[in-house]
Amino acid sequence: MTELHWLPTIADWRPRLRALGADPGKAVDPGKAWDEAVALANGRINFVLTNALDEASRRLFPTPPAGLATKPVRLAVLGSSTLTHLLPAIRVAGLRRGIWVEAYENDYGQYLQELSDPDSALYAFQPTAVLLAFDAHHLTAGVTAALDAAAADAQLTEIVAHVRETWTRARDAFKAPILQQAALPIHLPVLGSNEHRLPGSRVRFVARLNEALRAAAEADGVDILAVDERATRDGIARWHDAGLWHRSKQEVAPPAAPLYGDLVGRWMAAKQGRSFKCLVLDLDNTVWGGVIGDDGLEGIALGQGSALGEAYVAFQDYARELARRGIILAVCSKNDEANALEPFEKHPDMVLKRGDIASFVANWSNKADNIRAIAQELNIGIDSLVFVDDNPFERNLVRQELPMVAVPEVSDDPTSYPLALADAGYFEGLAVTEEDRERTAQYQGNRAREALKSATTDLEGYLRGLEMELIVRPFDRIGLQRIVQLINKSNQFNLTTKRYTEEDVLSVMADPDAFGLQLRLTDRFGDNGVIAIVIGRLQPDKDLTIDTWLMSCRVLGRQVEPTTLNLIAANAQRLGARRLVGEYIPTKKNGMVKEHYAKLGFTLMETTPEGGNRNILDLGTFTPAETFIHVVEG
Amino acid sequence: MATEPEIYAALKEIFADVFMRDDLELTPALTAKDVKGWDSFKQIEIIMASEERWGIKFNTRELDSLQSVGDLVKVIAAKTA
Repeated sequence: MTELHWLPTIADWRPRLRALGADPGKAVDPGKAWDEAVALANGRINFVLTNALDEASRRLFPTPPAGLATKPVRLAVLGSSTLTHLLPAIRVAGLRRGIWVEAYENDYGQYLQELSDPDSALYAFQPTAVLLAFDAHHLTAGVTAALDAAAADAQLTEIVAHVRETWTRARDAFKAPILQQAALPIHLPVLGSNEHRLPGSRVRFVARLNEALRAAAEADGVDILAVDERATRDGIARWHDAGLWHRSKQEVAPPAAPLYGDLVGRWMAAKQGRSFKCLVLDLDNTVWGGVIGDDGLEGIALGQGSALGEAYVAFQDYARELARRGIILAVCSKNDEANALEPFEKHPDMVLKRGDIASFVANWSNKADNIRAIAQELNIGIDSLVFVDDNPFERNLVRQELPMVAVPEVSDDPTSYPLALADAGYFEGLAVTEEDRERTAQYQGNRAREALKSATTDLEGYLRGLEMELIVRPFDRIGLQRIVQLINKSNQFNLTTKRYTEEDVLSVMADPDAFGLQLRLTDRFGDNGVIAIVIGRLQPDKDLTIDTWLMSCRVLGRQVEPTTLNLIAANAQRLGARRLVGEYIPTKKNGMVKEHYAKLGFTLMETTPEGGNRNILDLGTFTPAETFIHVVEG
Repeated sequence: MATEPEIYAALKEIFADVFMRDDLELTPALTAKDVKGWDSFKQIEIIMASEERWGIKFNTRELDSLQSVGDLVKVIAAKTA
């Protein structure tokens, strides 16, 4: 698979590109246009759209825009076959990382001549980096099954010497870093599974050459572009099309160009020290299956015994491997801190331990603010964070609020998390140091949280753009099962934690002095399902008691609470109520809603010795809150 | 199977992406000479995007036979039949 599957699909990509490219004569704000081009480069685009974006951005930015935080790159791409179709993808991969790239391709096959001629166009281009991309036919010229072992070895020595010679020339000429593309394994076997017994096998030769090039690159301070390993993962048929080779001498098929370019883009960013440094993890349904606050230590899916539990273990293992090679781990979770910590401290199958996490943030604030806090606590740039969350709402919130944070697109299957991180190459590294291995320990040493400036987040703009609809239905038989399930499962956002059977719910439906509401929330990212349940009971004194109010924590911070209150008030007035009575009954799990009624404007009437409270709202003076949620009768 | 009108409609989207313009009228007689910027690279883009779109693979002879949009549509129709 050569798709850039970790990048999100941008629905209005095409009109946005056209808007960007329109009216070249018109005065555009270059800073804004650059940011928009970078944003479009961070969408999931194929080779055709990559080329279109490249055309537009080259027209807009023939020279680097002023004030870039990155260094422009002038990349000479030297090779033995057609590389023209790779240049747009390389430039766009730079753009994806905020790097302005100009690329040069030698005249067909003339790389050695140009390297040897100070009057060549290559010298005039003055590259600041050099990519050597030799096709496997060129590198195996003269290799044939007729060769004996000595002849094959001699051939290998000769070609390695030739490649090293080009490194020397390029370095002497330009004093620039060099990236050597590994040879693509495009050849077909002639012996079979035991191809290695044939000294002159081209398949074998390419494999040996790639090993030899890696060793030589170590000695000469050259970096490797590992398209061989990448193509092995994707399947060589995704990378190479023999028919196309015969037609146009393109060794890399155009559909693979965006991925090829991205591999080069990672290297350019890593060379500037701009690889990502820190992996920020959500917890519920990301690090384990289920919701710790609701499902409890025994209820979450983690560990042996189920495929799902093993998949979460595998993801944790991948994260720990990243940590062991120097990536900082952090946690950003909507949870009570004590609940969030419990698996780290008590679950036997947790691979990640509290000690692996350099910054641990579990609270109910919005994640964009929390991610800012993590960057501040760790004292690293916010543009060095990668955030993994199974919840599309959170992903899109963070993408919108913090476009510099990388947020891979993942499915709800945990096997997709390590794959997205690995394929995206966020953490591209060029060397491993002792310091890297000790890094997490370092960051933990100064965990003490610095005082945070409260960042202002344009949350309102985000909520408005979500096009949320709250679909309200009275209790009915179709929803019965889900209603009962929610009533008996919800622990955290649950004001009274009253548990009811099916019969209890049916009796609410039959009672003329009671109402039950099931609320479903949809937004432009999809249907969140039934996310809240309310039961109201009219008392003889015309007070309406809110018997049950529970909500899924997934939709916290989205104005569902005040919108629900509007609905409760309307239903209460329909029954003839004059006041609402809201009660909070404390449990071990529901501390987060202790101030729920106070926040909604209720007046406190009494508190209980256990820490509960009773609150009153006068319906005569109640004004429904304005929210960004559109209410629909379902 | 894809009908010719369906193929023309889908190709129009592909051409719109390849040339970043929506105003191209695809007719059977349209050839590379008629469209600014339609060079051999764009030709390969159109072919590869079509292969992706319909999950098909053109062979060398078929590619050699392509002279016009009409030819392309015929080959796609035959391969998706």
